[in-house]
Amino acid sequence: MNDKISIEAHDLTKRFGDFTAVDAISFNVRKGEIFGFLGANGAGKTTAMRMLTGLSKPTSGSAVVAGFNLDLNPDKIKKTIGYMSQRFSLYEDLKVKENIRFYGGIYGLTDQQIKEKSEFMLQKLKLESNANSLVKSLPLGWRQKLAFSVAMLHDPSIIFLDEPTGGVDPVTRREFWNMIYEAANKGTTVFVTTHYMDEAEYCDRVSIMVDGRIEALDTPVKLVETYEVKTMADVFVKLARKATRSE
Amino acid sequence: MKQLLFFIKKEFFHVLRDSRTLVILFGMPIAQVVIFGFALTNEVKNSSIAILDQANDQTSSAIIDEISASRYFDVTSYLKTNAEIEQVFRKGKTRMVIVFPPQFEYELNHTNSATIQMIADATDPNIANTLVSYASVIVMDYQSQQTLQTLPLSIKTETKMLYNPQLKGSYSFVPGVMAMVLMLVGAMMTSISIVREKEIGTMEVILVSPIVPMRVIVAKMIPYLLLSMVNVVSILLISYYALDVPIAGNLFLLLAECFLFTLTALALGLFISSVAETQQTAMLISLMGLFLPTVMFSGFMFPIENMPIPLQVLSNLIPAKWFFYIVKDVMIMGNGFKQVWQETLILTIMLVVLLTISIKKFKVRLE
Repeated sequence: MNDKISIEAHDLTKRFGDFTAVDAISFNVRKGEIFGFLGANGAGKTTAMRMLTGLSKPTSGSAVVAGFNLDLNPDKIKKTIGYMSQRFSLYEDLKVKENIRFYGGIYGLTDQQIKEKSEFMLQKLKLESNANSLVKSLPLGWRQKLAFSVAMLHDPSIIFLDEPTGGVDPVTRREFWNMIYEAANKGTTVFVTTHYMDEAEYCDRVSIMVDGRIEALDTPVKLVETYEVKTMADVFVKLARKATRSE
Repeated sequence: MKQLLFFIKKEFFHVLRDSRTLVILFGMPIAQVVIFGFALTNEVKNSSIAILDQANDQTSSAIIDEISASRYFDVTSYLKTNAEIEQVFRKGKTRMVIVFPPQFEYELNHTNSATIQMIADATDPNIANTLVSYASVIVMDYQSQQTLQTLPLSIKTETKMLYNPQLKGSYSFVPGVMAMVLMLVGAMMTSISIVREKEIGTMEVILVSPIVPMRVIVAKMIPYLLLSMVNVVSILLISYYALDVPIAGNLFLLLAECFLFTLTALALGLFISSVAETQQTAMLISLMGLFLPTVMFSGFMFPIENMPIPLQVLSNLIPAKWFFYIVKDVMIMGNGFKQVWQETLILTIMLVVLLTISIKKFKVRLE
């Protein structure tokens, strides 16, 4: 396998009974790339992501994630990927510090590592004075940024972000994307799903899923050219209209 | 191991920071013991009774002395005629009238048998029953004391043993409360705490992480196991010191059985959490599916022997029923493991089956 490839999917398929949620998708994601994974609700992108993160077993097909085969080495994959779900994934009744300790702990970091990393992280997020606040007392935008940093705590080689900016204001979204850029610049592969088309344009490459298949995959600029429209939003609408199934 | 410790610590934070959980965890057991304890004993304690002594002899006065000395009865009036019985009941306070026939002592001494009439206000049949049986016990007690002087010692001890179970009956609320509390804490709290993580999305993040699912299960169970044992100890302490309930059997055996039952409850909670998607569902299933059967079929409130056969068969599936037997045997009657090994075996089998299914289901969900 090419060591510049971070995720490699081959005919990845998931069926629930008669329903084919993900229909033999194949794609590659390069190392350090920001890969946008788009699709209307019910197009199958969450299912695809769940397969890649080991939450769901593929019906058929295979994938190599961070250099490990999804079927053979799921445990090794788990250690090298990070995940932030679309639903807020920190504990609100735990303090900021305790959340960091917990997630650092389940990823097997040592006390020393956790201590160093959390100091660095809090400093960067300007949350030092809030280290002992309960997470629920923080504004949503802060929480989201904190959740991202926590997901990056163990220096994963790939970070999966499932609609990370849902419900966040534009300013915080911008800041959030700066964090994503920074991670990508350090070599982390970013696999992100989103419904915001401006965010799609921030991605290096974008795939658009329709009815369980990948209909288009290219850089945002090329996609706009290919479909002879002005913006990514137009591309998305043009493709999503083809969908025959709804949620 | 370290992962596990982090996880367990986190679970404790959840419990300790949620005041509602704390109230349920620690308030409920105490409230229940106190409610059941005092509600059950107060009604029978200090009950007003009246006495119609037509004999006025030595034996009748001796028995009356015994009765009024008992903490269950308060002799509030002495009647003179039969007609007064009705009147005294109509006034409402008197729950029982004890009538000694004329010639009471004479009959006893000459025919070796005499009758005392006990007339109870049966508007509340349970209380009436209890009062009559208490009074009978006192009379029989007196009788056995009298025979003691003439008969060999060996007979008397046997009779005494027989008397006690009736009085002990009122203690059975302790095993009952224990079964209810452990079922509720174990099953409901565990299932809610797991389902809550599903709801807020943290479970997904945990499942993506390298932590082994088995550790997640263990980490979820340990805090509630500990808290349940704290509850067991506090129930036992309150019962023993505040309510005078004896702990007749081996304390360690009792605690070990509580431990076993708690594990069963936790396994049930784990099972519920694999079925339920929301906290409300988990709570409803725990209440309707576990708590209610525990109350109804453990034999704590309603005697199982009086139920129709299908329900009696059904009651065998309720872990609380076996636990109730065990605690009653060990704690109240003072029996040892020999007497409860069958019930223990049944509980153990239930635990193994439940745990196997739950762990399997928990893993299936990941894939």
